[in-house]
Amino acid sequence: MSAHQKPNQRPELAALDDATVARALTRMHLIRKFEEAAEASYMRGLIHGTMHLSIGQEASAVGTTLPLEAHDYILSTHRGHGHCIARGAEPKLMFAEFFGKETGYCKGRGGSMHIADVEGGNLGANGIVGGGLPIAVGVGMSIKAQKNGRVCMVFFGDGASNEGAFHEALNMASIWKLPVVFVCENNKYGMSMDIGRAMAVPNVADRASAYGMPGHCLDGNDLAGVAAVAKQAIARARSGEGPSLIECKTYRWRGHSKSDRNLYRSKEEIEEWRNQDPIRRLEDELKAHDRFDAAALMKLEEDAQREIDAAVEFARTCPDPDPKDLTRDVYAL
Amino acid sequence: MPSDTLEAVSEIRELSYAEAVREALGQAMEADERVFLFGEDVGVYGGAFGVSGDLVHRFGKERVIDTPISELGIAGAAVGAAITGMRPVLEIQFSDFVTLAMEQLVNQAAKIRFMFGGKASVPMVVRLPGGSGTGAAAQHSQSLEAWFAHVPGLKVLQPSTPHDAKGMLLAAIDDPNPVLIFEHKLLYKTKGHVPAEAYRVPIGQAAIRREGSDITIVGSSIMARKAEAAAERLATDGISAEVIDLRSIRPIDFTTIAESVRKTHRLLVVYEGVKTMGIGAEISAMIAESEVFDFLDAPIVRLGGADAPIPYNPVLEKAAVPQEDDIVAAATNLVRRGEA
Repeated sequence: MSAHQKPNQRPELAALDDATVARALTRMHLIRKFEEAAEASYMRGLIHGTMHLSIGQEASAVGTTLPLEAHDYILSTHRGHGHCIARGAEPKLMFAEFFGKETGYCKGRGGSMHIADVEGGNLGANGIVGGGLPIAVGVGMSIKAQKNGRVCMVFFGDGASNEGAFHEALNMASIWKLPVVFVCENNKYGMSMDIGRAMAVPNVADRASAYGMPGHCLDGNDLAGVAAVAKQAIARARSGEGPSLIECKTYRWRGHSKSDRNLYRSKEEIEEWRNQDPIRRLEDELKAHDRFDAAALMKLEEDAQREIDAAVEFARTCPDPDPKDLTRDVYAL
Repeated sequence: MPSDTLEAVSEIRELSYAEAVREALGQAMEADERVFLFGEDVGVYGGAFGVSGDLVHRFGKERVIDTPISELGIAGAAVGAAITGMRPVLEIQFSDFVTLAMEQLVNQAAKIRFMFGGKASVPMVVRLPGGSGTGAAAQHSQSLEAWFAHVPGLKVLQPSTPHDAKGMLLAAIDDPNPVLIFEHKLLYKTKGHVPAEAYRVPIGQAAIRREGSDITIVGSSIMARKAEAAAERLATDGISAEVIDLRSIRPIDFTTIAESVRKTHRLLVVYEGVKTMGIGAEISAMIAESEVFDFLDAPIVRLGGADAPIPYNPVLEKAAVPQEDDIVAAATNLVRRGEA
């Protein structure tokens, strides 16, 4: 922490030392730049599949994962690029996957919706809404049986909380006190369906009480606040007390996917949330407390941009898979 | 005791199909602490069909786990445990209830390895008691194995004898892929020779149950047993039937079937699942597309389940799936048509 910082910092922010904050900011920038570059690549015809961008949701991905340890697990969603990067995935291997290259995380077989880094503890994004939730229960069972002290954090959206999988998974994780942290990224819309029309209670976190676990309803665009609550939930999971449900209220600036024409929400609403930019909010707060100056903050952003630019270049030049290998990994031998 | 005496004891040792499955589960759990069982009422209740029996008392509640009635959830839990180093064996109480777990089995278990570029494996086993004949009606009597055989990434087995029930389950637990084992409920009480040691029956190999020269009858699950009984009767009628027990429908042992048809020149396929779009269609097409087609002296015939849900009334229930008499009649027609 810098020597000159002003007093009256929120305890949530004060709890993060400068190195941690810099790491968090770098990852938020990497996510933002990754998504922007992905969108640009799509426009240039370099990517043929669809994609689900998480611009605007960076504090949720980075804040929740910040207190995790290296050997902990995550399970992600179709809007999962941010979770991968937050857990330290290499953007160049993510872009290679996105471009369908043999060098990608999944050798070009998975694409945007199935990026996984199993060795790095990222058990995969998922194309099925709520698909990761029951899987997290099994990961929790493994951790408990193997007594290895790990934690599994599973992400899902507000839409997934209306799937049966959500209710079955929370119930099982709770009755067996599994080391799982459920993170709902409530970005207000399940594709076009407003959560207010899709759910009979105001908050996804309210549903935690039905499963006997703590439910935390958060400003998901506040990195420090998210990290503070995630730290508690992770500690609770690791100590054997059981799961928690964290709801990060946030917003996706872009549409659901490439086909979205934003017919279900207003420009004003989007603008309102752009003013809640999680990156700028954190930067402003750090500057206000004299923890980082503008030049230092600018350098973090520029470094991130350079890494993403290089990642795109790397991916473009990688080889495509060979059709003769089409059925190679259908079965393990 | 001299070893030849031990062998003699082993040779006459008989277990029921359910006991054979339980013995395999117990031996797998003894040998490998990564193996655990879970499902609805598999603990103190002993399983709806008594298969898990006393295993909870031998291995404890941590390894024989009663679950809530949440088929989707427990199927997903099996996936999660499998990809993180365990060897889960899940029981779906009635195979019909697997309809509630399709998402996790078809979208997740079957595809994770492929989607992740071969960087994960999903070594899980799902046991599914299925089939008709118990008066349980349309939602507790189906034979859904062909659905899953349509999914690359899954393996699908249908052992028909106590011997295979044990050996194939142990092979499935060893296998690094998701394996579904459909166990016909009417087979649970049937008895047969089961060696005491932990042996494996390889996945993907059909068994020739009876050699013959006039017709090949391929049966899966209980239909292999009915085909064997039918072949006895056909023999007294002067018809020599070769009976092949399919045992594994994905992967399927086309070689054994093709070699048999090359010899007998006639093929009858018998299975309990709905005939339309079923196992028989695949086997018929594989023969029709192969050079063995030229050896056929008669059209291929399929006997399968009726195009109807399984009815409650016992007369209707019997009529809905192939019976021994149907197999005898179909085989006789096939063999005699060439002689007319």
